[in-house]
Amino acid sequence: MTDLTRLSAASLAAKIASKEVSAVEVTTAHLDRIAAVDPRVHAFLHVDREGALDAARKVDAGEITGPLAGVPIAVKDVVTTKGVPTTAASKILEGWKPPYDATIVERLKKAGMPILGKTNMDEFAMGSSTEYSAYGATNNPWDLGRIPGGSGGGSAAALAAYEAPLAIGTDTGGSIRQPGAVTGTVGAKPTYGGTSRYGLIAFSSSLDTPGPCGRTVEDTALLHSVMAGYDPRDSTSINQPVPDVIKAAQLGKNGDLSGVKLGVVKEFAGDGSEPGVLSAFKDSLEALVKLGAEIVEVSCPNFQYALPAYYLIAPSEASSNLARFDGVRYGLREGDNGSHSLEEVMSLTREGGFGPEVKRRIIIGTYALSSGYYDAYYGQAQKVRTLITRDFQSAFEQVDVLVSPTTPFVAFPFGSRTSDPYQMYLADLFTIPTNLYGGPAISVPCGLSEGLPVGFQIMAPTMADDRMYRVAAALESAVGSFTPPEL
Amino acid sequence: MAAISREEVAHLARLSRLAVTEEELDRFAGQLDVILQSVARVGEVAADDIPPTSHSVPLTNVYREDVPAPSLTQEEALSGAPDAYEGRFRVPRILDEED
Repeated sequence: MTDLTRLSAASLAAKIASKEVSAVEVTTAHLDRIAAVDPRVHAFLHVDREGALDAARKVDAGEITGPLAGVPIAVKDVVTTKGVPTTAASKILEGWKPPYDATIVERLKKAGMPILGKTNMDEFAMGSSTEYSAYGATNNPWDLGRIPGGSGGGSAAALAAYEAPLAIGTDTGGSIRQPGAVTGTVGAKPTYGGTSRYGLIAFSSSLDTPGPCGRTVEDTALLHSVMAGYDPRDSTSINQPVPDVIKAAQLGKNGDLSGVKLGVVKEFAGDGSEPGVLSAFKDSLEALVKLGAEIVEVSCPNFQYALPAYYLIAPSEASSNLARFDGVRYGLREGDNGSHSLEEVMSLTREGGFGPEVKRRIIIGTYALSSGYYDAYYGQAQKVRTLITRDFQSAFEQVDVLVSPTTPFVAFPFGSRTSDPYQMYLADLFTIPTNLYGGPAISVPCGLSEGLPVGFQIMAPTMADDRMYRVAAALESAVGSFTPPEL
Repeated sequence: MAAISREEVAHLARLSRLAVTEEELDRFAGQLDVILQSVARVGEVAADDIPPTSHSVPLTNVYREDVPAPSLTQEEALSGAPDAYEGRFRVPRILDEED
C-alpha cells in the first residue's frame, strides 16, 4: 500500500476528492508518523489529534470541498489557534489557549484542512536555528545533530520528516526561507500585506509575513492561494487580487524560461558563502540558462547595509510589541505574593518568561529608540530601508527577478553559533533585504553540499509573487527534489 | 571603545521591565556591544536627504466601517488571565494602604 505521508499535497487532494482515500486515513497516517518520529525530530510543540480528525471527518462527510480539502497541515506556534495551545515557543505564554483564530487559520479551516498541531520555532520567531525555543530545539531530519533553521525550523522539519505535507510559517527576516533551504524543502515569503497578520503574535509588525511551506513548488503555490488575500482586520493588508501563483507554478513546470531575465546581485558574490553553497548555486544558474533564462549581473549597493538596518528596525519594533507581555492579560505571572509592587511583578514575570535572545533584542530595541540615539540608529535604519527599496526598484527595471543562495551556509551543528549572537544573524544575510523592501521571495532546493541541502532564493517585485513561482517550478523540474535519509 | 557599558545595559533592562541577574548583565554587556558595533554601520550611509521608510505598503489611516460586529465575550477575554476578579483583570496592589 502507498505510504500516504510520502505523497504531495496535490496528489493527496486528488485522491481524497476521488474518494480513493479518505481524509481521515490521510490525517491518521500523518498523526501516526508524528507519533513514530517526532520524539527524535521534535518538530511539534503540540499535536491536536482530535481536532485534526474532526476536521477530516467533515471533509469525508462532504461538508467541505476545495483544492486542498482533507490535506492536513502543521501551523507554526506563533499563529493563534482557537482553544489550541499557542506559545510562540516562549515560557511567558506556556499553556495559553487563544480565544480566537488567526485569519489564515480561519481560511485553512474553511478550506477543510485538518490542523495536525503547532510547530516549534525560536522564541517569538527570533533566531535562525530553533535553539532559542524555550522547549528545546528541533532536529534536522537530514542530520539530527544539526539545526533545522529558524525561526520556523519546526514547520520545515515536519515537512522533511514526512510528518506533514504542508505547513504555515512566518517570515520576518528569513524565517520561512532559511529553514526551507537547510531542510531541502520549499518556503515562500509572500508580498508583505499579501497575507494577513491578524492573529499572528507580533514580532516586527512592518516586516512579519505569514507564508506557505511545502515539499514541492506546486504544493506551496496551492497553500499560498488558500491563505492569501485581503483581510480588513489587518490594517496593512493589500486590497488587490492574489497573483495567480498556481498557474505560474504550472507554467514553470514545463521548463521553459525563454525571455526571463534573472538578476544576480553583484554585492552578494562571495560574501561569506560556503564553497558548496556557491557551487550548487552556480550549477543551478547554468540549469536555468539551459531552460532559456538570461543572467544579468545587477548592483544593489545598499544591500550590504540590510543586515545592520534590520537588526535595528526589528528589535525596535519587538521591544514595543513585546511590552504586552506584562503578566496581566495572559500567560505567566511571577512574584505576585503580596510583597512585590505591580511594576516588580511585571519585571519578574518578563525576566522569568523571556529567553536570552528575546531579552537581548528588547534591550537593543529600547536602546535604538531612546532619545539621543533614535536619529543615529532607528531613524538612520529607516532611511537605509528606503535606499534598499530603491535598489530593488532599479534592479527590477533591468530584470524580472533577483536570485541568490538562500543562506550562506548549510545546516550547522547545534551550539556552533549561539555564543556569539551576531554569527547567528549572518544566516539571514541574503533573506533580509526582501523583508525591508516588502517584496515576495521563495527558497527552493537546488542541490546538496556534503550531503546537506542548499537553497536557491528567487526574489520578485511586490505583488508579482507569481513570477517567483514560475522560476522556482522551472528550477525544480531541472534539478529534481532531494530526499533525506530514512529516520 | 565599547559602544555600550554594563551600567547602560542595566538601565535599559530597567526601562524594559526586565529584572535581569548580575550574571546576565555580565554576559549581555559584551554580546550587545558586539551587536551594536556591527549595526552601527548604518551610520556609514550618507542619507541626510533620504525620507525614512516605516512600512512597505503605502497606506495611511486605514479605518474600518463604524458598525458593530461580534467580539470576544468578557469571559473569553479573561480566559487567559493569570488572575481575574468579578469580570476584571486582577493586578497586584498599585497604591499604598494609606493612599
